Amino acid sequence: MNKKVKVYSTPTCPFCIRAKQFLKESAVSFEDIDVSTNHEAAQEMMKRSGQMGVPVIDIEGELIVGFDKDKIRKALGL
Amino acid sequence: MYDLIIIGAGPAGITATVYAARKKMDFLVVSGDIGGQAAWSGDIENYTGYQFITGPELALKFEDHMRKYGVTVKEPEQVLDIRKIEDKIIVKTDKGRYESRTAIIASGKRSRELSVPGEKEFKNKGLTYCATCDGPLFAGKDVAVIGGGNSALDAVLQLIKIARRIYLVNIVSHLTGDPVMIDKVHESDIVTVMNNAKVLGITGAEMVNGIKIRYDGQERIIPVEGIFVEIGLIPNSHFAPDLDKNALGEIKVDCCNRTNIPGIFAAGDVTDLPEKQIIIAAGEGSKASLSAFKYLNQHR
Repeated sequence: MNKKVKVYSTPTCPFCIRAKQFLKESAVSFEDIDVSTNHEAAQEMMKRSGQMGVPVIDIEGELIVGFDKDKIRKALGL
Repeated sequence: MYDLIIIGAGPAGITATVYAARKKMDFLVVSGDIGGQAAWSGDIENYTGYQFITGPELALKFEDHMRKYGVTVKEPEQVLDIRKIEDKIIVKTDKGRYESRTAIIASGKRSRELSVPGEKEFKNKGLTYCATCDGPLFAGKDVAVIGGGNSALDAVLQLIKIARRIYLVNIVSHLTGDPVMIDKVHESDIVTVMNNAKVLGITGAEMVNGIKIRYDGQERIIPVEGIFVEIGLIPNSHFAPDLDKNALGEIKVDCCNRTNIPGIFAAGDVTDLPEKQIIIAAGEGSKASLSAFKYLNQHR
């Protein structure tokens, strides 16, 4: 039942912090990928999402760009 | 029908909520997000009681305070229209329609857009409105920052540590931010300041590859991979056509947060009150809530 969730983020980005807070509050465990230090992951994020904004949230392969609560809830079935 | 509808959940809206809850009003909060601009501020060192706190942390504390009262919050939900018909205030949103006897508009401000060709197309594809968020992705790259005020200078100072070359494209004849910041920008040898420069468009293929400007009497394209737009903020007041506003689009309020329409109040950055500060917005939110409470008592 637990879906695999990855968050591509930067440490300074307030929307990333909010998104991670939201996942924690919803008791969703996730892998936090810091694209400011992990350049390979940054490239991967840009290639997969076709854009450069953070956060990008990967829920079982479904990519959500930005902190969009409705989409996150839907993808997680919350 | 509600006693009160609060539009917005930034510092002003949330504080209005706390006061409304304590007055036991029957009310609803409708907002696009929680925390507003405070949630995407960097470091905050001028909110009394906190010598240092980050924007997201303060926003979370605000939210916790609001939730403590078991408030009904419709979020994310966008208000499309508010108007008063006879004694009823009708709020239409992208998800519903609500009726109330009073309303507080605390919808804040959003980033101003350039309105040039390529801006929409390349948004998040090299063009961003949040240097704090996306800056680190432009490590080692040539970038342009548009603007000349404090937010543009702040973006430049963040990018100095990251980017290879920074072009600061400023439409007026000189930088208008704080002198301390201007000095730091001039001290850096990777920053090129271009005053009297007008942005004409954004170029690119899949991602941004340049910015077209008019500078020194000629049009030219500067090759950059990142563009940071920092040209100020505009009030979220478009959904309230019947309210009086100033030339900037800010809702006009009196000392008690009253607008020109009885029963509709406004608070925080969306209003014409001077100085946009978190602590001022919070104080205004509480005042608006108390004004709405008084109004309800007088119009039972």
